[in-house]
This record gives sequence, C-alpha cells and structure tokens, in this order.
Amino acid sequence: MNLWIWLLLACVLAYAWKLVGYFVPAKLLKDPRMSRIAGTMTIGLLASLTIVNTVASGQTLAADARLGALAAAAVALAFRAPFLMVVVVGAGAAALLRLIGWN
Amino acid sequence: MKLLASPAVRVGISISIATGLYGISFGALSVTSGLDFWQTMALSLLLFSGGSQFAFIGVVAGGGSGIAAMSAATLLGMRNGIYGMQLNALLHPTGWRRYVAAQVTIDESTATSSGQTDPDEQRRGFWTAGIGIYILWNLFTAVGALAGSGLGDPKQWGLDGAAVAAFLALLWPRLKGREPAAIAVVCALATVLAVPFVPAGVPILIAAVVAALIGWFSHGRSDEGLEPDVDPYDTHHGHRHGDKNRDKPRDLHGDGNGQAGKAST
Repeated sequence: MNLWIWLLLACVLAYAWKLVGYFVPAKLLKDPRMSRIAGTMTIGLLASLTIVNTVASGQTLAADARLGALAAAAVALAFRAPFLMVVVVGAGAAALLRLIGWN
Repeated sequence: MKLLASPAVRVGISISIATGLYGISFGALSVTSGLDFWQTMALSLLLFSGGSQFAFIGVVAGGGSGIAAMSAATLLGMRNGIYGMQLNALLHPTGWRRYVAAQVTIDESTATSSGQTDPDEQRRGFWTAGIGIYILWNLFTAVGALAGSGLGDPKQWGLDGAAVAAFLALLWPRLKGREPAAIAVVCALATVLAVPFVPAGVPILIAAVVAALIGWFSHGRSDEGLEPDVDPYDTHHGHRHGDKNRDKPRDLHGDGNGQAGKAST
C-alpha cells in the first residue's frame, strides 16, 4: 500500500513537470541553464541506474552475470540493434552465464 | 488516407510501433521487480515516460524505498518540462488540448515534431507519435506484465540482465561526444562509491546531484542529453554516432535550420 502512495505521487509529479512547460512564459526558454541541467541530469541518472543495476546488490557491490549482460548490451548497441533486441541480448547473456555457472 | 501522405504522420506511426513494442520489456521487468499488474499499468497510463518508469522499477528492484523510487523518476522527468516549453512555442495548443498534449509530451513525440519544419507537419508529427505511442505503450505494457508474471524465477531468465541492458540502451543515444560520456562516467563512479554507505536507491539521487552541479557550473551545449530513446529520423539518415553535424532534431530553438524536413525524401 505504501508503494502505491509513492507511485501515484510520482505520476502526479511527472504530469506536473510536463504541464509546467506549457504554462511558463516563453522567455524562460532563453535561459539555457535549466535545459542544460535537465540534460546533464538525464545522462547522470541513466548512467547511475545502469551501473546500480549492474553491480549493486542492496548495499554491497557484486561482480556477477549482470556484468556480462552489460558488455553484451554494449556490443548490441554498437551494432545499432533496436531497443528490444538490446534488452533480449542482455537477458540472454545473463541467463547463459548463469547456466554455465557464473552467478 | 490523405493523412498517410504526410511524412510526419508516417514517421510518427513507425516511431509509435518501435517505442510501443518495448513496452513489453517494461511490463515484464516491472512485475518481476515486485510491482503488481495494476501498479505497472498505473505507471504506463499515468506517469507515461519510459525513462522515469524504468527508473521507478529499477530502484524498487534494487531494494530502494518508495520515496527514492519516486525521487529518481521525478528528477528524470524534468526534461519533459523543457520539451513542454519547446512544444508550446512550436504548436501553441489551446484549451483542453494543452492538458492532453502535456501527458503525451515525451522524448519521441518531441523529436518527431521538432524534426519537421512545416508547422502543420510539426503538429501532425507530435499528435501521431504522442497518441500512437501512448496507446501501443500501454497495450504492450499489459502484454509484458501478463507474460512476466508467469516466468517464475526472473534471474533464471536473465531479467536482471535485461534491466541493465534497458538502462544502457536509454543512455546510449545521449552519449555523443566526449562531454556526455565524461558526465556518465563521473556519475557512474559517484554511484559505485556511494553504494556501500547509503541505503539502496540513494546512490542514484547522489548521482543526480552530481550531474546537476556539472550542468550548473560547466558551459556546454544547452540541449546535451535531451535525445529520444528511439530516434524518429535515424533510419532515414544512417550515420549518427560520432557525426559532428548530426542531423538530429536539434533545431528546438527555432533557427529554422532543422534538417528533418529531409526525412520525407
């Protein structure tokens, strides 16, 4: 139940961000700093989410099959595979590595 | 059928299919992260922003608290506000349309619209991609959520690896050139260093603060990092990685030199 509250709050705030853009005066667009921060934060958050999902297990760091998934996904992306294919490749690499005994 | 003659509508439809399809991976990962079917659907129906949705379930999957998940999703949603400003200047929606437009303001609809030069095409591109992705994304989220709940042990299927791949794929198109790559590396390092010392989920927020500070104090392109996960105009142009004069829909500030009008050729 607790998770529902944060989830719905996240939904409200996401819509608020979107809506704010349509109601702020256009001259704010001329300040490039906000848009720059939105951009650097997008990169930083996605990089952080990538690495957390690769090496973190709760509060400990671990080197396991997920590292293989990261490498395989990078190769797929370098070959310009579409998003869904990259995800399947990542899953396949992790599953395969576990099958041959690397956790 | 006249609508199908519009290049923006055609691009909008193809981007809707490509983006909508990966809703399957969101749905499947969400239910294996511990959210139930309706929580998963609520994210796709109400939050509707791929990066933020993956962020929310990514934090939950890592054992993070609800408030950390909400914070990561919200910080990642800030760029949609920037898109909203750009689209408002481009399309001037009025009345109730403004409220609908806001909900479908995401990377892909913004890119489809701003990649066109003709105002009518910009409008058609935005609405086709926005509504199209909304419908298909939710449809395929449901498919993924139903399929995912029948999978049993998600690790056996490598679904944690799928999450890693999904985040890397979201990040990848934004890493063009040295600067964004450096930001990514610094934030990844900050995250790894923070993991042992703070509760799960918090390292991601620390990285967000680091990234915001970089954005505040450094001077670089003001649209760095604002790229769609799936690029509507990519297939029409071929080369994109490492190309300095990328003809991505960069012309958001209206100098009239966006090249995407060429997408129709």
